Amino acid sequence: MASANWQTLGRVYYEKMEMYALEWGDQIDLSKFIVAAAPYGGPLALLQDISSNPNIGTTVRPLLTVFTSAGKMISQMRWNSGRIKQLGWSHNEELLCVQDEGTVLVYDIFLTFIRQFGMGQEAKETKVLDVRIFNSYKGTGIAILTCSFRVFIVNSIDDLRIRRLAEVPGLDSAPTAWGIITMDGQSQALVAKGNELYLIDHGGQYQKQEIEISTPLEAIIDMAISFNNKYIALFTESGLVWIGSADLKKKYCEFNTKSPQKPTQFVWSGPGAVVAMWEKMMLVIGPDKDYIPFHHDSTVSLVEEEDGIRIIGRDSVEFFRKVPQVTEQIFKIASMEPGAMLYEASREFERQSQRADEYIRTVKDQLDVAVSQCIQAAGHEFEPSRQSALLKAATFGKCFLTDYNPEPFVNMCQMLRVLNQVRKPSIGIPLTYTQLERLTMPVLIDRLVMRKYFYLAIRICQYLKLPEAEGASRILAHWACYKVQQKNEDDEHLARVIADKMGDTPGVSYSEIANKALEVGRPDLAIRLLDYEPKASRQVPLLLKMKKEQLALNKAIDSGDTDLTYFVLLHLKDSMIQGEFFMAIRNIPEACSLFLQYCRQQNPQMMEQLYYQEDNFQEEATCKVVNSFKQERLDDRLRILAEAKESYTKARNEFAAKQVDEEIRLLKYQRRLEEELHREYTDLSLHETIHKLIIDNSHKMAETLRKEFKVPEKRYWWLRIEALAEAGEWMELEKFSKTKKPVLSMEAFVDVCMKQNNKLEARKYVQRVTPDKKVACLIKVGLLREAADVAFQNRSEDELNRVLRKCSVTDRAVEDQVKGYRQQLATAGKR
Amino acid sequence: MAAAPGVSYPDVFQIKTRTKKALERVLNRFEGRKDIVVDPDLMRPLDRLTGGASFLKENGVDKIFKLDRTDKNKSLVGCNRRMYLVRPKVNLIKIIADQISNEQLRGENRRYRIIMVPRKLFLCETLLEQEGVFGLCELDELDLDLLPLDADIMSMEAPDFFKSYYMDNDLTGLHTVSRGLLSIERIFGEIPNIYCLGRAGKMCYELLRRLSGGEKLITPDYPRSEIGHMFLIDREVDLVTPLCTQVTYEGLLDDMFGIHCACVEFGSEVTSKQQPVKVMLTSQDQMYDTIRNRHFTTVFDYLRSQAQTLQSLSDKRKDMKSVQDMKEFVANDLRQLNQQKANLSYHIGACEQIIGQKNKGDFQEYIQTEHSLLEGSSMRENVNYIEESINKQDSKLSCLKLLCLLSLTLDGIPSKEYKSLKTQFVQSYGFEHMITFHNLKKVGLLREQEVPAGSKVTAGVAAITRSSAFKSLRKRLNLIPTVDVDLRSPCDMSYVFSGAYTPLSCKLVEQVLQREGFLGLEEITRHLPGGVHDDIKLRTPGKGGKAMSNQPGRAAKVVLVYFIGGCTYSEIAALRFLGKQTGYQFIIATTSLYNGSSLLETVMEKSQV
Repeated sequence: MASANWQTLGRVYYEKMEMYALEWGDQIDLSKFIVAAAPYGGPLALLQDISSNPNIGTTVRPLLTVFTSAGKMISQMRWNSGRIKQLGWSHNEELLCVQDEGTVLVYDIFLTFIRQFGMGQEAKETKVLDVRIFNSYKGTGIAILTCSFRVFIVNSIDDLRIRRLAEVPGLDSAPTAWGIITMDGQSQALVAKGNELYLIDHGGQYQKQEIEISTPLEAIIDMAISFNNKYIALFTESGLVWIGSADLKKKYCEFNTKSPQKPTQFVWSGPGAVVAMWEKMMLVIGPDKDYIPFHHDSTVSLVEEEDGIRIIGRDSVEFFRKVPQVTEQIFKIASMEPGAMLYEASREFERQSQRADEYIRTVKDQLDVAVSQCIQAAGHEFEPSRQSALLKAATFGKCFLTDYNPEPFVNMCQMLRVLNQVRKPSIGIPLTYTQLERLTMPVLIDRLVMRKYFYLAIRICQYLKLPEAEGASRILAHWACYKVQQKNEDDEHLARVIADKMGDTPGVSYSEIANKALEVGRPDLAIRLLDYEPKASRQVPLLLKMKKEQLALNKAIDSGDTDLTYFVLLHLKDSMIQGEFFMAIRNIPEACSLFLQYCRQQNPQMMEQLYYQEDNFQEEATCKVVNSFKQERLDDRLRILAEAKESYTKARNEFAAKQVDEEIRLLKYQRRLEEELHREYTDLSLHETIHKLIIDNSHKMAETLRKEFKVPEKRYWWLRIEALAEAGEWMELEKFSKTKKPVLSMEAFVDVCMKQNNKLEARKYVQRVTPDKKVACLIKVGLLREAADVAFQNRSEDELNRVLRKCSVTDRAVEDQVKGYRQQLATAGKR
Repeated sequence: MAAAPGVSYPDVFQIKTRTKKALERVLNRFEGRKDIVVDPDLMRPLDRLTGGASFLKENGVDKIFKLDRTDKNKSLVGCNRRMYLVRPKVNLIKIIADQISNEQLRGENRRYRIIMVPRKLFLCETLLEQEGVFGLCELDELDLDLLPLDADIMSMEAPDFFKSYYMDNDLTGLHTVSRGLLSIERIFGEIPNIYCLGRAGKMCYELLRRLSGGEKLITPDYPRSEIGHMFLIDREVDLVTPLCTQVTYEGLLDDMFGIHCACVEFGSEVTSKQQPVKVMLTSQDQMYDTIRNRHFTTVFDYLRSQAQTLQSLSDKRKDMKSVQDMKEFVANDLRQLNQQKANLSYHIGACEQIIGQKNKGDFQEYIQTEHSLLEGSSMRENVNYIEESINKQDSKLSCLKLLCLLSLTLDGIPSKEYKSLKTQFVQSYGFEHMITFHNLKKVGLLREQEVPAGSKVTAGVAAITRSSAFKSLRKRLNLIPTVDVDLRSPCDMSYVFSGAYTPLSCKLVEQVLQREGFLGLEEITRHLPGGVHDDIKLRTPGKGGKAMSNQPGRAAKVVLVYFIGGCTYSEIAALRFLGKQTGYQFIIATTSLYNGSSLLETVMEKSQV
């Protein structure tokens, strides 16, 4: 019978079942150890208790051992630090060893040291009296009670902020009992000073608490807060147990154990029962004053779980819990629940009995409920044979349902397979279904990885079809990180093994592994591993960290990501002497041009130096020229230009040198002109300068400049006539046009006049234009009729057409005439 | 451009939707109400992306400022959270740093967050550190690699790319190009056939493969790819085309008024309104879609006929009998009609402006010179014309364009001419252009021919007639049409340059697509700087490929052409024309859209004073 070992606590059933026979056999007497066990089927840490044995001197170092829940030894070390006040586990299964001067040393389950931190100056000075490790809303917290009776608290060991809680008024001796309660996102301490209870918080507030009690309250000597922080149990001097809500506002019951002795352990079993332990005697007390006594044949240790307690004895681990409701519904004797009926039906069916049908008929309306109950109940079973019996019943029931959602069934099967695997003594994580639901699958996988069960973890991921990036490949990365710490394998081989296994699985970061390799002092392996990293942005920073600058630079350049290249370049620039740095990058054109670009924007001087060092005088000169534009003072500008000229000469660019020279001369002229004529000339081009001079009527000076700079005659003519036209010097212009050997054709004169919109003047010159250009010029000045005539004289149809195109609506007469001409030409042509 | 019947473009606006969402996330990551200060260069792209300020307001933006490049000390009034949206450029970051430290000095308490577009750069972080404000501001980035401007145009909107890549050898832009390509492949599937022309093309291709390597697809799912071919064209391969005077309507609009983010701003001379009017130039405007690619000479007639149609439509109103009709008309047609009318009048106004400009001065002679440079004829006259233009102080950009064309078509200007032209240019327009020439040489637009030592005799005329890469390409690819092209119903891509020249870039696309690869084009590709590279994964049956089960469907006819280093509207028009002719659909992506003048402006040394 499934319910054979159930025991009643009032109206509720409790059961105690064996999980493991402990592998350590009976070699360990728990009474000689300080025991700390992690919840959720976590590992056990055992520390030899030397304080109780006066025969052992203080010089002896106690042994610290970590076991799995099944008693398999994971690791062992001799403790050679200070005196351990308390052992405990964090929610990440890190072993926390709190020493009496407040230092907390953190180890992993292999007893590899991770880190340490202190609990503040006061703890260090006055020593720690007592410690509580608790689950806070932010993770695992630690609270210490100093010998000066103050409480210091850290809400999360990952976010070390030590807070001092308020003081209990008039506390001049150690509190008789204390505990940490986390409520409404805040951790507070409940401190008992004799028969007074105080709640203290980090805001400096204390509140005296009153509880409802039938007899006068005596000193409280122990207290237990339930796993979910909702309930509390107090134990008084005379053996009275008071059970109530965590805020102490509601009393559930008072139970007199009549034991004046303080229990050795006082804990909650799930939310439903309080367990008090004296040596080998265990008393389970229900909220309705019911109780079950147990006797153990040796000292046991109790581990609080969410849904019960693990009882670690000398040779076995047992689990004590409230029978889950569905299990009760199915297996309770004479249960009429649909699930129970279905289970019976399934069993009868197995026996090939027709009664199966009768059972099914009784529940046919509630068959879906029945199936759900069987599935749920299967989850709570530890024994695979009973799981499968229940699951069989569920499938049997499903046969009669047409549209039952298969998902819960499939999920349960998957979960149970995983649970059965991890519960195996070789793995030793005795999780219940309820605990797994709370812990979640990814965390379980993490825990397997932490225990180095990589293969099992990967198979679970694959079995559950988790996405590669967060499943299998993440585990592989962990595996690789572990692998690089094995010093006995050579770099080359190891890198290949890792790459073979990981391939290019998405989500794998070789750089992380390489970083690990670097941390354990294997830079060569790190470099080899980095070669497999596809993302340059991850390779490069690590290479720099390893001082492989050249390699980092090459990788950055190869990636085509200029930002990354800058990252390396600026790093190099800061860590090297300037000259060396230039040398390092000079043969890498990509790096060079990037750095030049950087200089151009931020440090033009450095760019010049770089060119100078490279003997690149051409570019150096160009830099100087650009620089000269920025100079406000003319003298500075002239000086820099002179330098530029020199550089150009060095670069054998005579032409450029000459041009710079001309500019220098021009600038000097302009300065002189400004002094003499009191007008602005600087920064005009040569052309503009002469133009302005002509307009300003300084013909002589214009002539000087023309000669000085060897302005070609044609250009000078253009200059002149444009300037004259612009200045409105029409007489002068006409005079100029009649020079004996005009360099420019008459069209030019027409053009400049037209530019000033002076048709009258323009027409003067049209007459002197050569016949072939005449039509175009006549059109320009708007004499369409004359243009038509000339075109006709030239007997050019093209020209006639050109005239025609210019004719707008108002020129109807001209248009007709042109058409006439065209006709005539056409007929003439035919002839 | 209306798509060929039965097939539609891959919806490039998906990219916009994604980017918009990214912007939304970026805005909301900075909780609470905040002001936003925007890089002037990003104003228009931001506007295109969000479609107006209301989007920003909905996402917690209070006031919108333009980042003022001149006044560093000006205090901006606003709330206690400020967001900067900028390109990661040194000068901008400096301005921001100044603003922040000034405000700190004044004791203004504010939270700052700088959003860098398209990504935050380490360089800028160090700069902020140097300026001592690193701790005061948070950083974020907005991945704006490509902005869809039209159904077939995407642009990086990075006009600086040309200068920084070709002149300063800064490869940052290539990285952005590749990231843009990666987003395209993520949305539209891996592109099976890739053709790279020039150095940058190949580099981007390799970068793309490296970037996508990190998240390898198991097997590319080509049947689901929406794009079958991709061209990565390094602008260096064809620098000639952008310098040619544009004569399609869209090209002319860009030349005359400047199109920015597919939007043109017409001043009062076009609209006869006091305020300038912004007009969107996309295929959603049906009328514009019909004229944008036309040769300019045929646009005015079309607009005229359109005006008549519209007139008759509005005349309908007079015939209306019942109130019901009237109501319907007002409700449905009137608004649209008025909008169309307004648009039409703007375009007519713009046409008039263009005609006025083209009739002025010696435009004909200019075009004539340009054409004979392209044809490689009458070199002496061309040089004389350029010289005269310089002497007459015509627009320096026009002179530069011709100078560059002269250099590009000859593989450098003969030394004697180069020196004389440069001297004249500097004398005319100022000494700072010595640097302009220096820059132009770096980007490869304008340089002096290298005279082989000891052969002074051959210099001079011989240098002019010697063979050049462009000359060979011109001949082998028949870039100069021998027959006249009817500009009204063109039969050849060369219509975009009045039938005088077929854009080299587009001709190459045509030739490569025909062969699906570079095989048989060796005589041509050896003249292309930087060489070519292809990666053909799926041949079309009949072009050397077997019919395979994973044949891309309609994607085989969709071609993405990425101009690395920018492109012009004429090239887009030519490709659209090619698409019509061959049944391909072209999607154009580019680092920026420009014309000859705006391109040269980016490399020209600005007078500092």
